[in-house]
Amino acid sequence: MKRVEILDAKTKDKLCFLDKVEPNATIGEIKSMFHKSHPQWYPARQSIRLDPKGKSLKDEDVLQHLPVGTTATFYFRDLGAQISWVTVFLTEYTGPLVIYLMFYFRVPFIYASKYDFTTSKHWVVHLACMCHSFHYVKRLLETLFVHRFSHGTMPLRNIFKNCTYYWGFAAWMAYYINHPLYTPPIYGEQQIRLALIIFLFCQIGNFSIHIALRNLRPPGSKTRKIPYPTKNPFTWIFLLVSCPNYTYELGSWLGFTLMTQCLPVAFFTLVGFVQMTVWAKGKHRSYLKEFRDYPPLRSPILPFIL
Amino acid sequence: MASSEEDGTVEEKENNNKKRTKSALVTAWLTFYNIAMTAGWLVLAITMMRFYIQRGTHKGLYRSIARTLKFFQTFALVEVGHCAIGIVKTSVIVNGVQVCSRIFMVWFVTNSIRQISTCIICQKIQNEESVILFLVVWTVMEISRYSYYTFSLLHHLPYFIKWARYNFFIVLYPLGVAGELLTIYAALPFVRRSGMYSMRLPNKYNVSFDYYYCLIIVMLSYIPLFPQLYLHMLRQRRRVLHGEVIVEKDE
Repeated sequence: MKRVEILDAKTKDKLCFLDKVEPNATIGEIKSMFHKSHPQWYPARQSIRLDPKGKSLKDEDVLQHLPVGTTATFYFRDLGAQISWVTVFLTEYTGPLVIYLMFYFRVPFIYASKYDFTTSKHWVVHLACMCHSFHYVKRLLETLFVHRFSHGTMPLRNIFKNCTYYWGFAAWMAYYINHPLYTPPIYGEQQIRLALIIFLFCQIGNFSIHIALRNLRPPGSKTRKIPYPTKNPFTWIFLLVSCPNYTYELGSWLGFTLMTQCLPVAFFTLVGFVQMTVWAKGKHRSYLKEFRDYPPLRSPILPFIL
Repeated sequence: MASSEEDGTVEEKENNNKKRTKSALVTAWLTFYNIAMTAGWLVLAITMMRFYIQRGTHKGLYRSIARTLKFFQTFALVEVGHCAIGIVKTSVIVNGVQVCSRIFMVWFVTNSIRQISTCIICQKIQNEESVILFLVVWTVMEISRYSYYTFSLLHHLPYFIKWARYNFFIVLYPLGVAGELLTIYAALPFVRRSGMYSMRLPNKYNVSFDYYYCLIIVMLSYIPLFPQLYLHMLRQRRRVLHGEVIVEKDE
């Protein structure tokens, strides 16, 4: 039987003392016990570590496998209010879906009142609405049925940051695309057809990657494995890229930009690309760190380039 | 001092020499830069004073120094580069925001809107005063700031310069902000009337831009940004003048 004491990482105050803890107890179980004595700190917002400035211990870590004596001393840091990833994704994706449709149907007070509830005379505007809506419906369904998240929660303030980004850009793009004075693409039908092909190709590709990543991980587990190409040709890009889901996402938005020929869309694509590159590089680096035999030909997001 | 043969391998000595020459070059460049900027802003200050003494009015003062001001204020972009490569310990964002707001004022407000800087009609005199206000504030602040850096690099810092740099801002920052905001506010009717820097629909990029509303957003952005910069300077002041150790808030 071990004893566990939990100190505040900053003030070193003794916050909790647990007598008679099983040696094979996990950090997750210790977090639940700590939660009982401090109900305001639910397990998701607890960061338990061996060293005040060290890395957080994982919920799965077992007490007796940690470098501690009969009395284990842990340091606690409050991660702040947490919100589940699923909630954040659902909120940040529903916004653009609804907002774009409001502009598409020309709800009052957006454009001059004589245009209320009218529809655009350009067929590309209807196509763009279908593509945009399809994209976000796909994302919502993937959040509910496809993705397997490593972390359950993220800090609460992220939802405000993320929603401002998604909802703000959606409104900005939708305003111009559905505007009565919208100018259709210069090269007309050819441009729109090419754009649509690129868009659909990348949507299917992005979905294929999400399915492939899901299949790497059995339900309820948090294992990490190297993704490899499968029988689906859309996954063959894994030969050259670590995070092809981002590559396909970039492609989709490039297609949408071409389709609408709208500068705000181009801007949104650019900002998204910068953010996804940062994420891809991080993921690529952690793959390289975790797996000795990681394929050397792969780039983070763009084959051979980035 | 131990003889040089005992100082590790030849490679280490070479590396140390390289590091020493690099830091000597860096110091030389920074010293030159700060001396040049101090001199530039001194020239501006003297020109402004001479103009006022000779003409007795501030009409046309801005126009007489406009080119020199633009040169030295734009050159300050170099400082953002200094922060980015790390030879200066300020954060890129803090420095970047300050330099950008200055460049915005000089190139996109007072430069483009001549009516503000060359007031002919009496009613518009108050416009010019706000320009003079921020010009005087900037000049005093920049001279004290660059001379502070120069003397620090030369390791001969008179206490008066340190005192000036960390105390003048307490009054000058708010005054400068007032001058800038009043100037932008005065520019609004001209921007509205001339439709400058604006783009309307329909166009082939399917975007529109209204410089008038952009200016209003810039003015509103002073509300969150100015207190942060001011508090940052107050923290620096406490640290430098009173040797207080400030514990940064943990995220």
